[in-house]
Amino acid sequence: MRLLLLLPFIGLLWVPFYNDELPALFGFPFFYWYQFMWVPLTALIIWIVYKDGLRKGIE
Amino acid sequence: MNSSSINWTALGVFIFFFALVTVMGFWASRWQSGGSANKGAHLDEWGLGGRNFGTWITWFLVGGDFYTAYTVIAVPALVYAVGAYGFFALPYTILVYPIVFLIMPKLWHAAHKAGHVTAADVVFGRYKSRKLELAIALTGVVATMPYIALQLIGMEVVIKALGVTGELPLLAAFVILALYTYSAGLRAPALIAFVKDLMIYIVVLVAVVLVPMKLGGYGVVFASAHDAFAAKGGMTGLTLKPAQFLPFATLALGSAMAAFMYPHTLTGIFAAKSADTIRKNAVFLPAYTVLLGLIALLGYMAYAAGVKVEANNDIVPALFNAMFPSWFSGFAFAAIAIGALVPAAVMSIGAANLFTRNFWKPYVNPNVSAEGEAKVAKIVSLVVKFGALVFILFLPTKFALDLQLLGGVWILQTFPALVFGLFIGWFGANALLSGWAVGIIGGSWLAYADGIKPVHTFHIGADSYTMYTGLIALAINIVVAVAVQLVFGKGGAKTPALKH
Repeated sequence: MRLLLLLPFIGLLWVPFYNDELPALFGFPFFYWYQFMWVPLTALIIWIVYKDGLRKGIE
Repeated sequence: MNSSSINWTALGVFIFFFALVTVMGFWASRWQSGGSANKGAHLDEWGLGGRNFGTWITWFLVGGDFYTAYTVIAVPALVYAVGAYGFFALPYTILVYPIVFLIMPKLWHAAHKAGHVTAADVVFGRYKSRKLELAIALTGVVATMPYIALQLIGMEVVIKALGVTGELPLLAAFVILALYTYSAGLRAPALIAFVKDLMIYIVVLVAVVLVPMKLGGYGVVFASAHDAFAAKGGMTGLTLKPAQFLPFATLALGSAMAAFMYPHTLTGIFAAKSADTIRKNAVFLPAYTVLLGLIALLGYMAYAAGVKVEANNDIVPALFNAMFPSWFSGFAFAAIAIGALVPAAVMSIGAANLFTRNFWKPYVNPNVSAEGEAKVAKIVSLVVKFGALVFILFLPTKFALDLQLLGGVWILQTFPALVFGLFIGWFGANALLSGWAVGIIGGSWLAYADGIKPVHTFHIGADSYTMYTGLIALAINIVVAVAVQLVFGKGGAKTPALKH
């Protein structure tokens, strides 16, 4: 489960993958909305790992 | 905009909110002091707010403390100046949370069990090495001082935007801050953080909705910025140049790893009620990152609004003065100035805790009582803030900025000593101390040779690789620590595994 926490690192540190202006969303070039998208996504991933930890009884 | 005359409406609103948080700051000593076991004079009370902050208070405190006033001024200024490259602040403040989630609950457990107050306490508890403890404490204090000075710069910028000249207002603001931090300790910034964060949220949400509406939408904002960068020669733009990929990624990663090594962010961690509080905050603190990303875009809005400034740092105040009625500008500037008080207070408390626990106690007065510790820390917090003020008033601003940049490189070198021991017992104190020393010296030397730049370029054959200097120094640090441990670390030097 904790390996999920690697996803934001892969998604954000591999810069060539998102270094584009298109497709734009609500006027935001891809470079910007893609990075913004990772904020709730990262929070969600941490929450999933957190809930999993609770189930396993991590203090 | 006539910046040489005083904007009385804005100033009035500014002073009202400043007075409000001043009252709160002094009242804070009585707030949340019920449930603690160490009532009265104890460093846990003054320096960690009784170690009793729950999820909400921690969220406001760490949010108010990590996303500083200087961030609000400097991130848009950087984005205004260099475009996409300045946006590394966003991946930085996203990646910091998986790191916090993995590391900080363990650190909290280690600190809570033994009553540690500082990072250097934890390191001493783990390795029983006074030298390594001193190294960590010294790095923390030295890296924090210019950071406090930077908050003053943030405050200076908004005071200037109100049309007020001279150094007296800054002095007055700082004396007030020093006094209520002295009397209420960490509770003062924790309480003020509620007001500060709410104000910043209001300011930014209003700004990022209304400003683009007035200017014709985000499409227009990005297009104006695009044209402006193209007119400047196209060295930077709305997306990164290939040569910027590696610096962008390494700055984001290195900054994320360094962020919670600072005394002020760690103070927020140690003050939390439980490890669960910290885990929940790793889930919810990213809300501030959305805010930071939106703040960064103010840099592009300045192009669309046609705002011109002499110094890039004036871009946010100038944009607000151009786009909003003066009462709202006053509110926004108060939010930024109060936003400087919270981190400045926590930073001085963090530095004071380090001095007291890791210098005063081991070297000056080993028999100091808990009450005596609190006394020493309170006085040191005044000295630290006074030092930062002198720094800003008498030395060139660039000096503080350069030192802050070096401070980032330095604080990152404490990562192995503080974090590795939480997970593995392989490293001994001498190995970590050697790595720290080589990392600090190597990183400083690289940065100095580059003319105090955050990135260093390696030439390998025909190719060149540019990376964050702090991360390069950390790599050297770890290699040296591993090498020293392999060569000299046989036998008793290892550290027993951590259990909790």
